[in-house]
Amino acid sequence: MIGSTTLYGLCATGLVAIGLYGLVLHPSPLRKVIAFNLLGSGTFILFGVAAQRGAAAGLLADPVPQAMVITGIVVAFAATAVAVALLLRLVESGGSTLEPSAPDPQDDRPS
Amino acid sequence: MSLLPDFALMLLILIAAVWTVSARDRRDSVIGFIVVGLLLSLAWIRLNSVDVALTEAAVGGGATGLLLLRACARLGPNETEGVSLKVSLRILTGVLCTVVAVALATIVLYPIEPAPTLAPTAAAHMGEIGLGNPVTVVLLAYRAIDTLLEKVVLVLALIGVWALTPDPLWGGAPGSLRAQHSSGPLTFLAQVLPPVGIVIGVYLIWNGADRPGGTFQGGTVLAAMWLLVMMADLREPPEIRLHTLRRLVVLGPVVFLVAGFAGFWIANGFLSYPPDLAKPIIVLVEAALALSIAVILGMLVAGPAARAPR
Amino acid sequence: MTPAAYTATEGGALLVVAIVLPVIGMLAIFALGLRRAERIAYLVLPVGLLVALAIAADVARSGAAVTYVLGGWQPPLGIALRADGLSVTLMVLTAVVLCAVGLVARGSFSTPPDKAEARSPMVFWTLILGLWCALNTVFLSQDLFNLFVALELLTFSAVPLVCLDGRRETLQAALRYLLFALIGSVLYLMGAALLYGAYGTLDLAGLRLLARNDLATSVALGLMIAGLMAKAALFPLHLWLPPAHAGAPAAASAVLSALVVKAPFFIILRLWFDVAPQPANAMAAQMLAWLGIASILFCSVMALRQARLKLMIAYSTVAQLGYLFLMFPLVMASDAPTAWESVGWTGGVLQLVSHALAKASMFLAAGLIAEALGHDRIENLDGAMSVVPISVAAFGLAGLSLMGLPPSGGFVAKLMLLTAATETANWWIAAAILLGGILAASYVFRVLNRAMAAPASDFACKASIPLYRELTVLGLAICAVVLGFVPLQPFAFLGIGRVGLP
Repeated sequence: MIGSTTLYGLCATGLVAIGLYGLVLHPSPLRKVIAFNLLGSGTFILFGVAAQRGAAAGLLADPVPQAMVITGIVVAFAATAVAVALLLRLVESGGSTLEPSAPDPQDDRPS
Repeated sequence: MSLLPDFALMLLILIAAVWTVSARDRRDSVIGFIVVGLLLSLAWIRLNSVDVALTEAAVGGGATGLLLLRACARLGPNETEGVSLKVSLRILTGVLCTVVAVALATIVLYPIEPAPTLAPTAAAHMGEIGLGNPVTVVLLAYRAIDTLLEKVVLVLALIGVWALTPDPLWGGAPGSLRAQHSSGPLTFLAQVLPPVGIVIGVYLIWNGADRPGGTFQGGTVLAAMWLLVMMADLREPPEIRLHTLRRLVVLGPVVFLVAGFAGFWIANGFLSYPPDLAKPIIVLVEAALALSIAVILGMLVAGPAARAPR
Repeated sequence: MTPAAYTATEGGALLVVAIVLPVIGMLAIFALGLRRAERIAYLVLPVGLLVALAIAADVARSGAAVTYVLGGWQPPLGIALRADGLSVTLMVLTAVVLCAVGLVARGSFSTPPDKAEARSPMVFWTLILGLWCALNTVFLSQDLFNLFVALELLTFSAVPLVCLDGRRETLQAALRYLLFALIGSVLYLMGAALLYGAYGTLDLAGLRLLARNDLATSVALGLMIAGLMAKAALFPLHLWLPPAHAGAPAAASAVLSALVVKAPFFIILRLWFDVAPQPANAMAAQMLAWLGIASILFCSVMALRQARLKLMIAYSTVAQLGYLFLMFPLVMASDAPTAWESVGWTGGVLQLVSHALAKASMFLAAGLIAEALGHDRIENLDGAMSVVPISVAAFGLAGLSLMGLPPSGGFVAKLMLLTAATETANWWIAAAILLGGILAASYVFRVLNRAMAAPASDFACKASIPLYRELTVLGLAICAVVLGFVPLQPFAFLGIGRVGLP
């Protein structure tokens, strides 16, 4: 008999697979960033499953993995903000965001 | 108890996730993602993690969603957005994802019994801190260094976003956040909601000491109110060179560090608190953190400076 | 089942200082908006170096690890910091490289006198300090989730350095770097989630006692190591590195190549030797070594084919990182009583240290050469010797370590790896080490040949380089050489505080 916690574990597995697929295959960085967030959510739910299974001592769920997830969610948001700012700047500078172009041979400036 | 609601929720999350990845239009994809975020908040409640549910709703779905929607609006018309068409790559990735999924599913289906947990240890020491919410105790006492460093991550992310400012504009203000059709209802909301939101935010922070709630959720609600005001064009985003802004950003980490170092004198070392003072110190640190988080989240959504300093 | 408690040692509070000091400097630059961000950095850099040296002295004197338990909360509930011989070595290395980079960067990242604050100096100095905090945390933390936060700190400090000049290629390189780094982080975190679910702790010492050889543990470690491989740019996950490290300003490239990519490798070492149930999986060890071999050969050839000096050096970084991954099968097959008494382990660590010194020097030298000549096209380097002779000499000396020629730290490191490979009959690894040396010699001499050629008649020097900058770069290269003369004593030092495993 599968319990509800196991069900959420499977849900996490699904999110990981879907997110990973999108992250590798989408050529557009924005879509990669979205897929990264799905992948992250799946990972967080894995922590949540561990927390729920660890309910004990009058606590409904183990607080340690919950705290880790809260930290993780904030870090993922910060990553998304930096990625979005980068790709908007890239678009404004006139470049396609899809594929890196070869360095301009005429450009003499040392990088 | 019936598994039906959980099963339905799981199905909905996965459908929304598939939609998010497969949608051809990037705006649809973002909307799909926001839906996933909202559904996940429900899942977190079902997993008895109300603090996480609040954070997921506020930061994971809310703030991230807003950020992505703004990006969509500024990216203009779609480039080719579908997944890569190279069949060999698709098959390879499909195989990789399946292998990972099967491995994870096997681990989930055959877990270790009894489940290992730190809940009893965490509960046993709660008395030394005097706070009622175990998650807050983990975040600000047991694993305070994680939380401190993660604030540093937020400040670095803000520097990283500001680093994208073109040189002549350095020190100026981010572009206006005004919604494309600045409408009556939005302005109305922006005038009415903030006082309510600020009360809710403060309540969440205060409440976080003993019941679900806390810094992030409170800070995000404050940030959301500020963003709403900026989007309705009632306030411009501030210039990034402003001393007040800079000081608000570092206020939280600095208060946290001071409390940490104070532990060398008044308790047993860095980031330890004396039992009778633990609660006031933690509440003070949380209040400072929430203020900084509100400012940082708002400025992260606003983006790099787009106007020269006046 | 409770793991042995950590006992805080006397000088343990210094570990906290090593992590927090750069943060204080970073926040000060950010908040005070003082004229000249670099002034605060110049205050923090020497103090940080002294702190690292003090911890090293403490470890050397006591012959035991220095430990601190944060907030007094014992792991697994709390988090412990611990400096053993290896982490202290890397902390000192980091401090030395950052101080040298700080000196050389003075010319490029000084706030103009007419401004209160300028973009690139403010961003550069805050991020360098953020990066320092991240690296020290990676070397000291004993908790896998805390290490995740440290890795994120590292990513957020490193990525914006890549696109500091705001050109389109560098923005693209930075975005690609960020995406790779994020995939790496999320895979690592997934592994951590599985380990927590299986053991209820993420403390290294606790896991070492509990680790079982089962599916969950293998999958978790596999995911974590795969994620860290992407961050450490092991072939075929190296694609992000060359454009990112070549696109960054030279001072930042030096830090990225010398230090930042070493942090994920260090965590792989921790997972492999301190957490994974022993004996480790022989097939996985072989696979890592094969990917290392592919890195060495493929990227050395790529380095030979580059037209730009900085891109060449960046490809060389991937190749040199490949050597680090050779140590896994070598250590396993060794009959030394502990992993860290084996020749392969010591050779690998020595390669890490000597490459850091040599590569930092090489990137900084390339930056000075480019400043003086106004470009970094390898075929037009003629005359470099006449304008920046010391930088060219530093480049050559650093090259010795990459090629594995005596006298240099790289020579000893590669010799030890080679000895371990022949002793354990890993002939492919031995062949790759030799071939990699020949390829490195080809790309280093290709540059030196051009740089020593007589300048063309219309040769013009674009900028004069102050002597102290050149001498700093030479100093780093000399450190890499001197490493080759250090007697066997430090090898015992690297083993200090490493406990628990048979």
